[in-house]
Amino acid sequence: MSAVRAIGASTLDLLQSAGRLAIFAVQGVAAMFAPPFFGRQLFRQFYSIGFYSLPVVGLTAVFTGAALALNIYTGGARFNAEQIMPQIVALGITRELGPVLAALMLAGRVSAAIAAEIGAMRATEQIDALQTLSTDPYRYLIAPRLTAGIVTMPLLTLAGDIIGVAGGWLVAVATLRFNSDLYIRNTWSFLQSWDVISGLIKGCVFGFIIALMGCYHGFNSSGGARGVGRSTTNAVVSAAILVFACDYVLTSFMR
Amino acid sequence: MSAPLPIPKLELRGVSKTFGGRKILDCVDISVERGRSLVIIGASGQGKSVTLKIAVGLMRPDKGQVFMDGEDMTELRTAERSRLHGRLGMLFQGAALFDSLKVWQNVAFRLINADKVPRKEARERAIEAIARVGLPRDVADRFPSELSGGMQKRVGLARAVVAHPDILFFDEPTTGLDPITSDVINDLIIEEVKRLGCTAVSITHDMNSARRIGDEIAMLHGGKIVWRGPAKTIDETDNPYVLQFINGRAHGPITCDA
Repeated sequence: MSAVRAIGASTLDLLQSAGRLAIFAVQGVAAMFAPPFFGRQLFRQFYSIGFYSLPVVGLTAVFTGAALALNIYTGGARFNAEQIMPQIVALGITRELGPVLAALMLAGRVSAAIAAEIGAMRATEQIDALQTLSTDPYRYLIAPRLTAGIVTMPLLTLAGDIIGVAGGWLVAVATLRFNSDLYIRNTWSFLQSWDVISGLIKGCVFGFIIALMGCYHGFNSSGGARGVGRSTTNAVVSAAILVFACDYVLTSFMR
Repeated sequence: MSAPLPIPKLELRGVSKTFGGRKILDCVDISVERGRSLVIIGASGQGKSVTLKIAVGLMRPDKGQVFMDGEDMTELRTAERSRLHGRLGMLFQGAALFDSLKVWQNVAFRLINADKVPRKEARERAIEAIARVGLPRDVADRFPSELSGGMQKRVGLARAVVAHPDILFFDEPTTGLDPITSDVINDLIIEEVKRLGCTAVSITHDMNSARRIGDEIAMLHGGKIVWRGPAKTIDETDNPYVLQFINGRAHGPITCDA
């Protein structure tokens, strides 16, 4: 009996959290479109979520592109198909690795930062203070972060795509004796715009998930410093898992 | 606890709140008349903070209603409530200053973000308010983390009063401050409440502060109001809870289980 009860209790728990998250998301999205808007906050978030993530995304992309090129070259060599390497690298980066790896790095960098900042604001009653100053915390804190996530993530993905393909090119030209012109021409003529666009759409969704997880866990943090630590961990883990889950769903729809 | 004829500025009617099976507030009735200052005292864990949060609208009661100027605001959502919030100010226990903003931006926060006052004018009004709570003008361009606890409290007070509220809430205004700074804060509270002619509701366990800033004192224990009367008469009561509390005795009807 107790096993059944435990399963029931944890199921109810899970559904409850899912419901809470859904309500939070709806309120956050609604706040994105309802004035007043806080331009300064939005600008600050564009800067900290978008601009400051560029180095991380760029470095991840260049090394991934390079490693991918080596692996595909090795694999292709087994049936004399090394020459197709540029096309596979381009496809792999734009459709899958560009958006997913950028999102994973941002899940670590951005979700954690958002959860810690908002969680600390909760712990020190700054969110309550906002309300007593006639300011809706959803509009002031949540909406700018969600907007910045949705807008900057595809831009970062695009940057990651270019840098990732460049990483593959670098390895190919420097160590695998590929012809530079040919590599670029092959990549360019093979890629279809949908390959890139579908990756950017993924970027939008991932950006929303990353910002939402940071905001949700920070906003609902409780229990002082330990609570902030816990909500930061939860934000990163849940953002990363949701990114992978959504990646599969989106990929199956956008083949 | 007689019902006054004029509409009270703030009224809690039959408010109850339970946390994790423990009843924190049990059918509490409190009202404050316009222009009066009520101080709620009580030991830790007896529901003072919860009462204040429910009165301000940061928390919803399980049962009961909250009225302001006779309007029921129990069910009002944040957006609608902010209209009422526009007329209230609150000083938080830890001052709750926004650490990413400079001192003057903290004080001018409501003016800029809710009242849409031009930044230049808001800054001037903020600096004026900072000077009124006895801080030098150059504090305006510093960040809250660079200030002492007492200075942060002063900035918090300036932020609470800058938009001319007609009701002010004080959450443990002197907790964590040395006796001299506490007295300064008490003075400032009395001064500002008088200047604005507003209603004040405070919670504290500092009897010195309660006697200074309150017209009336109410004592909260076990989720109920166990005593209420004019601040001057608190030393004459024979209520065992109040006696134990104001004399700070370990033994009596209040047991230290919280």
